[in-house]
Amino acid sequence: MAIEKTYAEINEKIRSGKAVVLTAEEVIALVEEKGVSEAARQVDVVTTGTFSPMCSSGVFLNFGHSKPRIRMQKVWLNGIPAYSGIAAVDAYLGATELPEDDPCNSNYPGEFRYGGGHVIHDLLAGKSIKLEALSYGTDCYPRRELETYITLNDINEATLFNPRNAYQNYNCAVNLSGKTIYTYMGLLKPNLGNAHYSSAGQLSPLLNDPYFLTIGIGTRIFLGGGIGYVAWHGTQHFPGIQTDQEKNSYGPAGGTLAVIGDLKQMKPEWLVGTSYLGYGATLTVGIGIPIPILNEDVMSCVSITDRDLYAPVVDYSDAYGQRIPGNLGYVSYAELKTGKITINGKEIPTAPLSSYPKAREIAGKLKDWIQKGDFSLSEPVKLLPSFQDQITAKTLDINGV
Amino acid sequence: MAAKKIILRFGKDISDKPIIYHLAKDYGLVFNIIKANVNPNKEGTVVLELTGEQYAKGLEYLESEGVRVQPLAEQLSRNELKCTSCGACTDICPTGALYLHRPSMEVAFDSDNCVLCQICLKVCPVKAMEVKF
Repeated sequence: MAIEKTYAEINEKIRSGKAVVLTAEEVIALVEEKGVSEAARQVDVVTTGTFSPMCSSGVFLNFGHSKPRIRMQKVWLNGIPAYSGIAAVDAYLGATELPEDDPCNSNYPGEFRYGGGHVIHDLLAGKSIKLEALSYGTDCYPRRELETYITLNDINEATLFNPRNAYQNYNCAVNLSGKTIYTYMGLLKPNLGNAHYSSAGQLSPLLNDPYFLTIGIGTRIFLGGGIGYVAWHGTQHFPGIQTDQEKNSYGPAGGTLAVIGDLKQMKPEWLVGTSYLGYGATLTVGIGIPIPILNEDVMSCVSITDRDLYAPVVDYSDAYGQRIPGNLGYVSYAELKTGKITINGKEIPTAPLSSYPKAREIAGKLKDWIQKGDFSLSEPVKLLPSFQDQITAKTLDINGV
Repeated sequence: MAAKKIILRFGKDISDKPIIYHLAKDYGLVFNIIKANVNPNKEGTVVLELTGEQYAKGLEYLESEGVRVQPLAEQLSRNELKCTSCGACTDICPTGALYLHRPSMEVAFDSDNCVLCQICLKVCPVKAMEVKF
């Protein structure tokens, strides 16, 4: 008989302390031993996790009103500009924003030691942040400038809203050129000197729900050490199935999430300001998503291992920047995690950019919360588009004037 | 006696003196230079392994010549609270001093293998590698 569970049934088990919760790593051995059906019968929730740089992140802030009032036209936090083209004392601070006087790559490779992501981290750490604002002055908002110090506790709202996080899968980046390059995938040595990858693989949220059977708008998640929600599909959400020229399948890729949550209940160790030499500043974000085991199909999805998941190998010296399609083949996360892969006949060292130990810790924390009854599952208002929706990426044409 | 790794720091006033030569000739010490950056009229550093019966006397000689001597292990450290074990440094570190434990994928730092090239300071995305002077 087919196994079917509802969100209500699973939540009832969570409330009564009887829910069986495993991490996406732990469930692998159970499925290998007992099979998908028996595992689906035994397990109610599987938790996932990822801890990775996610550039499309930021926070909406409301500072409260000064006396006299100001309609902030330009805003800086510790010298980092925030977007204030919204209401009077609202602003959006983006993770990759840099000080206006940052030398960037004019002193190549730039260090990008402090950006928007670092301000978010400092706010969470309880540090005092310098707030500066300028305005043109109006009859109702007479103040024209402001300089003060704030902490996270002092301000009204701080709503983390990340338009694109938790990439389902990512490239494995290499460098075919003869010189060192500095990318958002880290330092890539010349002539296939190394390979960098960035996924939690078998623990990664969207690789454990590749067809979006459970994750949707309103899904309650672990976000930055606190509780957050899936707000929408992320920007550039193009879920698909990777194939090579012979049409062999290399599994799912391309899905993304927009997530939201109250920054005030998050923790600095799970939202970390991050710098990439020669590239820029960003924010490393911790996300964990619980997958309710509604049926055997869902259990089959969460039982995937690093051996079944593949990253496309992409040259970042030319092909990526010039948007040249294709890749240098696929490598499994199991191969990548050994520390060596072979590309074009050459054995090259690999390194991750996404912390697997932290991903494991997040999945473990989420499991604890659910087992203690502190975290129940939310049924999505609407599931997200999947590969069946065949959403394709648009490109930007450069038109003459 | 195992060789100790030390860093010698020379002021520019003494960078043209044959100091290492005297360590070998006068004190019978065995040295292995791991890294050197000494130029006339500039401050210089030498990272070396040093061993021998008169090790302590050799160090006294160095200090009498105005060379500052520091043990290498104190120089670079991994801030375990800051390090997220992302792993981005592990294939950049030229000597494997920064490496991943497998299968846990935790980053570890073995200062014995560090030659103080300091590239980790630049590539660490969360600035978890620190220099101690």
